[in-house]
Amino acid sequence: MSITKDEVIHVAKLARLKFTDEELEMYSHQLDNIIKYVDKLNELNTDDVEPTAHIVPISNVFREDEVMPSMDREKILMNAKEKEDGCFKVPKIIE
Amino acid sequence: MELHELKIHELHELLKNKEVSAVDVTKAYLERIKEVEPQVDALISITEEYALKKAEEADKMIQDGNINDLTGIPVIIKDNMCTENIRTTCASKMLEDFVPPYNATVVENLSNLGAVMVGKANLDEFAMGSSTENSAFKTTKNPWDLSRVPGGSSGGSAASVAADECAFSLGSDTGGSIRQPASLCGVVGMKPTYGLVSRYGLVAFASSLDQIGPLTKDVTDCAIVLNAIAGHDPKDSTSVDKMRKKDYKEFLKEDIKGIRIGYAKEFFGEGLDDGVRESIESSLKIFESLGAEIKEISLPYLDYALAAYYIVSSAEASSNLARYDGIRYGHVATNYEDLIDMYMVSRSEGFGKEVKRRIMLGTYALSSGYYDAYYNKALKVRTLIKKDYEKAFEDVDVIVGPTSPTTAFKIGERVEDPLAMYLADVYTVPVNIAGLPGLSLPCGLSNDLPVGLQIVGRHFDEGIVLNAAYAFEKACNFNAKPSFKGGAK
Amino acid sequence: MNYEAVIGLEVHAELLTKTKIFCSCTTEFGGEPNTHVCPVCLGLPGTLPVLNKKVVEYAVKAGLALNCEISKFSKMDRKNYFYPDLPKAYQISQYDLPLCKNGYVEIETSDGVKKKIGLTRIHIEEDAGKLMHENIDGSLVDYNRTGVPLIEIVSEPDMRTPEEAYLYLTKLKSVLEYSEVSDCKMQEGSLRVDTNVSVRPVGSNEFGTKIELKNLNSFKAVQRALEYEIKRQIKLIENGEKIVQETRRWNEQKGVTESMRSKEEAHDYRYFPEPDLVPIIVSDEWKEEIRKSLPEMPEHKKERFVSQYGIPEYDASIITSSKPLADFFEKCALEYSSAKTISNWIMGEMMRLLKDTGKEIDEVPIKPHQMASLLNLIDNGTITGSIAKTVFEEMFMTGKNPDDIVEEKGLKQLSNEDELREIAVKVIKDNPKSVEDYKNGKEKALGFLVGQMMKATKGKANPQLANKLLREELSK
Ligand SMILES: [Zn+2]
Repeated sequence: MSITKDEVIHVAKLARLKFTDEELEMYSHQLDNIIKYVDKLNELNTDDVEPTAHIVPISNVFREDEVMPSMDREKILMNAKEKEDGCFKVPKIIE
Repeated sequence: MELHELKIHELHELLKNKEVSAVDVTKAYLERIKEVEPQVDALISITEEYALKKAEEADKMIQDGNINDLTGIPVIIKDNMCTENIRTTCASKMLEDFVPPYNATVVENLSNLGAVMVGKANLDEFAMGSSTENSAFKTTKNPWDLSRVPGGSSGGSAASVAADECAFSLGSDTGGSIRQPASLCGVVGMKPTYGLVSRYGLVAFASSLDQIGPLTKDVTDCAIVLNAIAGHDPKDSTSVDKMRKKDYKEFLKEDIKGIRIGYAKEFFGEGLDDGVRESIESSLKIFESLGAEIKEISLPYLDYALAAYYIVSSAEASSNLARYDGIRYGHVATNYEDLIDMYMVSRSEGFGKEVKRRIMLGTYALSSGYYDAYYNKALKVRTLIKKDYEKAFEDVDVIVGPTSPTTAFKIGERVEDPLAMYLADVYTVPVNIAGLPGLSLPCGLSNDLPVGLQIVGRHFDEGIVLNAAYAFEKACNFNAKPSFKGGAK
Repeated sequence: MNYEAVIGLEVHAELLTKTKIFCSCTTEFGGEPNTHVCPVCLGLPGTLPVLNKKVVEYAVKAGLALNCEISKFSKMDRKNYFYPDLPKAYQISQYDLPLCKNGYVEIETSDGVKKKIGLTRIHIEEDAGKLMHENIDGSLVDYNRTGVPLIEIVSEPDMRTPEEAYLYLTKLKSVLEYSEVSDCKMQEGSLRVDTNVSVRPVGSNEFGTKIELKNLNSFKAVQRALEYEIKRQIKLIENGEKIVQETRRWNEQKGVTESMRSKEEAHDYRYFPEPDLVPIIVSDEWKEEIRKSLPEMPEHKKERFVSQYGIPEYDASIITSSKPLADFFEKCALEYSSAKTISNWIMGEMMRLLKDTGKEIDEVPIKPHQMASLLNLIDNGTITGSIAKTVFEEMFMTGKNPDDIVEEKGLKQLSNEDELREIAVKVIKDNPKSVEDYKNGKEKALGFLVGQMMKATKGKANPQLANKLLREELSK
């Protein structure tokens, strides 16, 4: 498979990234190379193979439903650039 | 011998016998950092004030008779592990001024034992890379030859140990990021079994592959540090139960008679440097001379590991790195039109090239219509690789081979060609794919540059890996030190 | 041509756990913005989720109560999208292996027809934060609600009328309340409804173009929005126009649905297995343990109320349609001897006031023991039945004790014979026409005269005594 420039533009949008034309050119080229390389996986027939999402087979890891103190709001907000009235602030969203 | 040249267990003896204080040790290392750091550029932050305070606390612990193996020992932490109230950047412009309000579990563990953090190490941005050239702040140099890379992504961690800026460091390893720089810098580095060490507080790159591990000056130190960081953490659902943890120092034995050591014929194919090949072949002879049984094995799917790795790790990364939008923390753009534009500009400004490349690849691999062709396919290949190893481990106890196909390469040599860079991880990646423990230790020099030997064991069988490594270290007696070639010194 | 609607519903219900789904922050409603937040639910770099066991138990409980199969093996997945109320830029949810599937809800339409509405699946997921848009120059984000556990219940497109959708929701809510997994308060957002609807000619097996409806703030709103939307779609088809697949928003004031015309590109959620969480395996033993913990369901309760308390089946079905109402009834029945009287009061005054005020039963401040005292006041003759209604209304609004209300307002029944006789005499004197009628054999006239006595005493006269005294005086 190969990746087209239009696909790169679409994927960039999905990933919330913005590129100049020059960057777009570069990423299209590099991604195309990488995708051609990873396409070697298609040499393998994996019809009867189960996918492995977790390498160590553990299950049912839970927490008890016990309340612990939350973090001070000051600390919660300390790395935010825009804040107001104890809230994080973002550009106006028109619903 | 200078204090900064000592190993953990040697420093520990001095501290225990009160021949030196933790403050003395810390000052000596801070001094050493000032001396070599301008040449090596291994660190993003030097935490002098914090270190001196911690050293005083360590001295109090020692006076109270509460000394343990790591009390008063200077450590450097890779800058993708959260440190409370101390900047944690991931070597990214995105997190240039991010100050976590909490400690990673490993950081907390080390702190409780009285270890003294003297700095935070440089890395490839968000741990993506094999040369530490992808840092947004600086390129770390290899102490053996300052015109060469230290490997990556834990290049700062490896170089700082090699340059004696600390007694040990912590790195993280997603596809070789501890073992490959350890190999290139001539130190010992270990990626434990996936799940043995808590990932809580490690800024995620690829969650199903990431694992924290030690970089040390010898195998004994590796076992000491592993003792400190391994074990169950209720904050990490993928960390294993308490039963799995052992006292790893118990495995430091020179006797490996009868241990079955496998080497995969696939290791010795195209792309392997002759110098590296020779070192590995003589390493096998050393094992043989120690009474181990050497067996050739086959890992037929090895050739597909790198492709599967780049799909899985990039897909997970694309999701893990989606949270950096500038709202709650991190870089935020100043010029944008609306909310969506703010996301786009902030992210495009905050992330470097390699990170963006992987986000793009990962987003593509997960996007509608491609999931089965890429992500799910890669997870299936993961199953095949896992089974390859399971089959191999029916006949052998450990698998040895080169850690990296080459010794340290020149700075700038591979930056323009991502695929060539990715090939640096060809021997380490399969181990992450299968979640196995892997250790790299120096086994010789090739053109005055260290060569690393990788030893891989079964899941949670760090013991036998350490046993083999310890016996090899004693027999090999590698004791060359970095020359800071090309430096002012 | 005749058309029929095809309706499916997606319901999100907050689970009644004490803590959030992946961290130990409280789920309490309200609280100053960003005070129920920790590094985990803020999605700080390096943090990891750990699943709350109660969330699994509650979801399985809901699944069992809704006749679902419980998956032996299920897992969590990431749903990726960017929005400021989603701190990790992915929601941890379940994609292809939900915890529960293939259930149903049985409804009974007004013409007495029973119908099973299929449930495709129930899965667990985390809630998002809250965005506030009051500010002029920006929107504010509060993450208190981020990570509150939700179950999403997806129905099959089995409903054909807005009434069926309404009945389905009422029944679903009642089952969730009964199984004690959610308090289903729509006003606090702990129950949220999205619906999709299409129309097609009766008899057709094809589906029409689906329209999704949002901003449905009550079950009645769902019904009205569907009614409007079905008419709109039929009209479009009859006019030969095309229905465009879209999301429309219900405008409660105008009573219409409006296109949302979102600029957002089509979503591509890029689901994949959540690597930070391990699979959930519900063994048969665990499932049975949870089944045992299930409280009595509405049907059983209804039957029991009929047999145990001797109330009519109709009353029992109304009272048990809501768990809080059934609980109120039963607690009152513990405090007061005649369950029938309680049921009459609930069916009468209580239902009337709930309807008039639009309140939910759990917002009504009346305590069961207060209800019992009210009824005792009638029984011991302290107040009359009609005064009791006034007192009840006051209790409904304020939560005051009936004795205090009677005391404050001087509502005690007049049973003093001398006093009442005096009033009777005056009433007879003032109403010669009625007295005449009575004497001419018109019994009805007596009722009017009693009424006049009640009027004169502001309803406080003991009606039996008033009757007796009037007869005595009239026969003089
Ligand atoms: Zn929290």
